[in-house]
Amino acid sequence: MPTVLEARNLTKQYPGVRAVDGLSFAMPEGICFGLLGPNGAGKTTTVEIIEGVTPATSGEVFYFGEPVGPKFQQEAGIQFQNTALQDFLTVRETIEMFRSLYERKADFDKLVEQCSLHDLLDRDNRKLSGGQRQRLLLAVALVNRPRLIFLDEPTTGLDPQARRNFWDLVQNLRTQGASIVLTTHYMDEAQVLCDEIAIMDAGKIVTQGSPDALLRERYKGLIIEFPVTDVTGALDDIEHTVYENLGIVEVITSDVSASLQQLSPHVQNLNHIKIRQPNLEDLFLDLTGHTLRA
Amino acid sequence: MFGRIYAIFKGRNREFLRDRASFAWNMLLPIVLMFGLSFALGGDRDAYTVGVLQDDDVIVAAQHPFLDRRDIKFVATRDKEDALSKVARHQLDLLVEFGDTPRYWVNPDSAKGHFVELALLQAGSTAPPTIQKEQIAGDPIRYVDWVLPGILGMNMMFSCMFGVGYVVVRYRKNGFLKRLSATPLTSFEFIAAQVASRMVLIMAITVFVYTGTHLFLDTRMEGSFFTLFLVALVGAISMVSLGLVISARVTSEELAGGLLNLVNWPMMLLSGVWFSLEGAGDFVQNLAKLFPLTHVLNSARAVMLDGATLLDVAPSLVALTVLSATFIGIGARVFRWGQY
Repeated sequence: MPTVLEARNLTKQYPGVRAVDGLSFAMPEGICFGLLGPNGAGKTTTVEIIEGVTPATSGEVFYFGEPVGPKFQQEAGIQFQNTALQDFLTVRETIEMFRSLYERKADFDKLVEQCSLHDLLDRDNRKLSGGQRQRLLLAVALVNRPRLIFLDEPTTGLDPQARRNFWDLVQNLRTQGASIVLTTHYMDEAQVLCDEIAIMDAGKIVTQGSPDALLRERYKGLIIEFPVTDVTGALDDIEHTVYENLGIVEVITSDVSASLQQLSPHVQNLNHIKIRQPNLEDLFLDLTGHTLRA
Repeated sequence: MFGRIYAIFKGRNREFLRDRASFAWNMLLPIVLMFGLSFALGGDRDAYTVGVLQDDDVIVAAQHPFLDRRDIKFVATRDKEDALSKVARHQLDLLVEFGDTPRYWVNPDSAKGHFVELALLQAGSTAPPTIQKEQIAGDPIRYVDWVLPGILGMNMMFSCMFGVGYVVVRYRKNGFLKRLSATPLTSFEFIAAQVASRMVLIMAITVFVYTGTHLFLDTRMEGSFFTLFLVALVGAISMVSLGLVISARVTSEELAGGLLNLVNWPMMLLSGVWFSLEGAGDFVQNLAKLFPLTHVLNSARAVMLDGATLLDVAPSLVALTVLSATFIGIGARVFRWGQY
């Protein structure tokens, strides 16, 4: 697969803060690439540099091997984290206005169907719910039949049902062959949608790869969880990796039976024990400091 | 390029026309002012004004006892033709020249001119030699006729500058401009669309208000409607462009409001919206020439009150065009899409 997007040594220096610190990555065409990280990790700045909205202090961005330019602007679709639309315009008028700005144009009816907006076409932008608004913003990002789509925290603030509806839309885009750069701090979202992820912290990529491969590489086995209040005595003699986070003890083990035997003298109530697969949230917390930063 | 400009133009027009409160304010303000002034002032100035034809700016009362009158405002003038035309229009109640052959000019149709003439002759009864009388004919210009271009120009100025400057800052602050910056739209195209949109809207409003006022108050129109339209059109473009320059980089609505007022208020006071700057000093008059509104009002009044032709107002139109091109050029160059 050709490389649709490549960032080389991107740096963004604000007074007193290096938001992006020599970041490089390459993204093959046709995948959903997740850029994950805690708040302030530099995800949005990185994406905005790539989109051409924020100038980089140094570094280069290539689109299909060429420096980003007019071709990129015609072929990229962007959904920003916070975007206001014009007041008093309807959904139909908003889509039509943005559609008129591009040479490549999506079929209006297909776009409306794709984003489930048929019942909202004549509604004022200001009267849309959070989920409806995100669908409109996605439609605006798709008006030019983009080959590369940027979605910056698209489901922040949505209720669970609206989030899942949005995931369906993104998965449909993937099956149609679009390349997607997804910025999110929802690990479940990244796990469902992304073929490849890069976890950022302090302006740098700390790890990159497919979610399954990264999890296999990091965690050899399953996670046993129980409340810290159930622990009696020290857990020093447990042979496996033990974490404590937000009142929960996590034991990573490749031999669940053996670990449970070791744990049983130390855990008051065995009914509280849970056994589960490691997920991206575990990986994220491991790599970025084991606490979610505000 | 034109497709993109048209798309933004159409979007902005819809936004403005559907915002009923703003739309109504833009329509109502000049109408209320015009009719209010018309009824309140009854079309007349309230002071007696006499022009004194002389080479100096300072009027020396010792020249004639008449100049000692405290209830009459005396204005020194060098331009005889201009002063005579004002007597004809009842803008000056009398023009007097003291010297080797003292003379005065009065409009026999002016009641105030008659009373001032009596005052002059009484004051002169003890001061030889006799003064020579000449008559000037002409219809009066009411204050409403004179102030109409001022009110329309002021409404145009506020609508163009705040309607564009403030909106651009709001777009920048709420991220709409950032969204547009991620499309193929250029800053020049965006600015051109904003100028075109506001120009069309303000011209429609101005034509509507002018037509209504002209019909209901029977305001004076000596020149051509086409020339007046052209003056308003070029003036609107220059003021929208000025609003765009002011808002090209600003990210706060409060700062934008302050900067717009910083330009608007001197422009309103020094461009002759409410009163003529004829008595003002050279510095003020030269400063006023830097403001687009001054050129708009001078040209509009020349067309409406004096019947000036397109050729007569061409220098002002050229000045406005140069100002517009300068403002648009600077605006496109320094324009910022985002808040960074």
